[in-house]
Amino acid sequence: MIDLNHALVVAFLLFGTGVAGVLLRRNAIVVFMSIELMLNAVNLALVTFSRLRGDLDAQVLCFFVMAVAAAEAAIGLGLVIALFRRHESIDLDRATLLRS
Amino acid sequence: MRELLFYFFAALAVVSGILVITRRNPLAAALYLVLAFFALAGIYVLLDAFFLAAVQVAVYAGAIMVLFLFVIMLLNLGPDDLPPIMTRKVRWVYAAASALLVLVFLALDLGRRLPAPAAGPAGEVEAIGERLFGAYLLPFEITAILLLVAIVGSVVLAHRESK
Repeated sequence: MIDLNHALVVAFLLFGTGVAGVLLRRNAIVVFMSIELMLNAVNLALVTFSRLRGDLDAQVLCFFVMAVAAAEAAIGLGLVIALFRRHESIDLDRATLLRS
Repeated sequence: MRELLFYFFAALAVVSGILVITRRNPLAAALYLVLAFFALAGIYVLLDAFFLAAVQVAVYAGAIMVLFLFVIMLLNLGPDDLPPIMTRKVRWVYAAASALLVLVFLALDLGRRLPAPAAGPAGEVEAIGERLFGAYLLPFEITAILLLVAIVGSVVLAHRESK
């Protein structure tokens, strides 16, 4: 029997890794990858709780999270391309258009 | 056997997750992310979520990662274009590390109070499909609209303005 507590710890570790990636990296593409990592951690937590409760509704929610992640990746990478066209760089520290 | 496989996939997921955010080359990061997605698919199988494991491989490791690799290769960044990994925001390292520790302790504490797993249906295609086209039909259709809007939005965003 798999210890579901440990599955939860894996989910939390992955989420923390994603947060660290968003906070530390300046490469826009890697920041988006970190966001995907966080979404995956949430999915793992949902699957764990679904297994715990013997209820499949959380897995349906997981499916919707994946659909939203696909939409987010499409929009996000479109933004990266637009950013690159404008600045010739994907360094997020150089995207300061809204800074007053 | 199941436990052994679980810890293998768990370690693989966490290690490749850390490698994703520490590689300077986005291509290497993307490939480690694919590895993390496959490890998570393995964990889903071990947790009886068979449908999600298949979708994880098809949507995440397939579609989304192809999109990432496509953009990385389209931008064709040289070594000089890549921003450095470590920035002046080193204080965020401490913030992130302490937040991570707090999260892990929270998970362990939460785990002590978890009830015993209840027996339920496995996450097979038929069971998920019945819910998806039954109780969750409206959200499912809204997802279709969301994806359409995302397609149109990304085309508009990435479109080269003609002068």
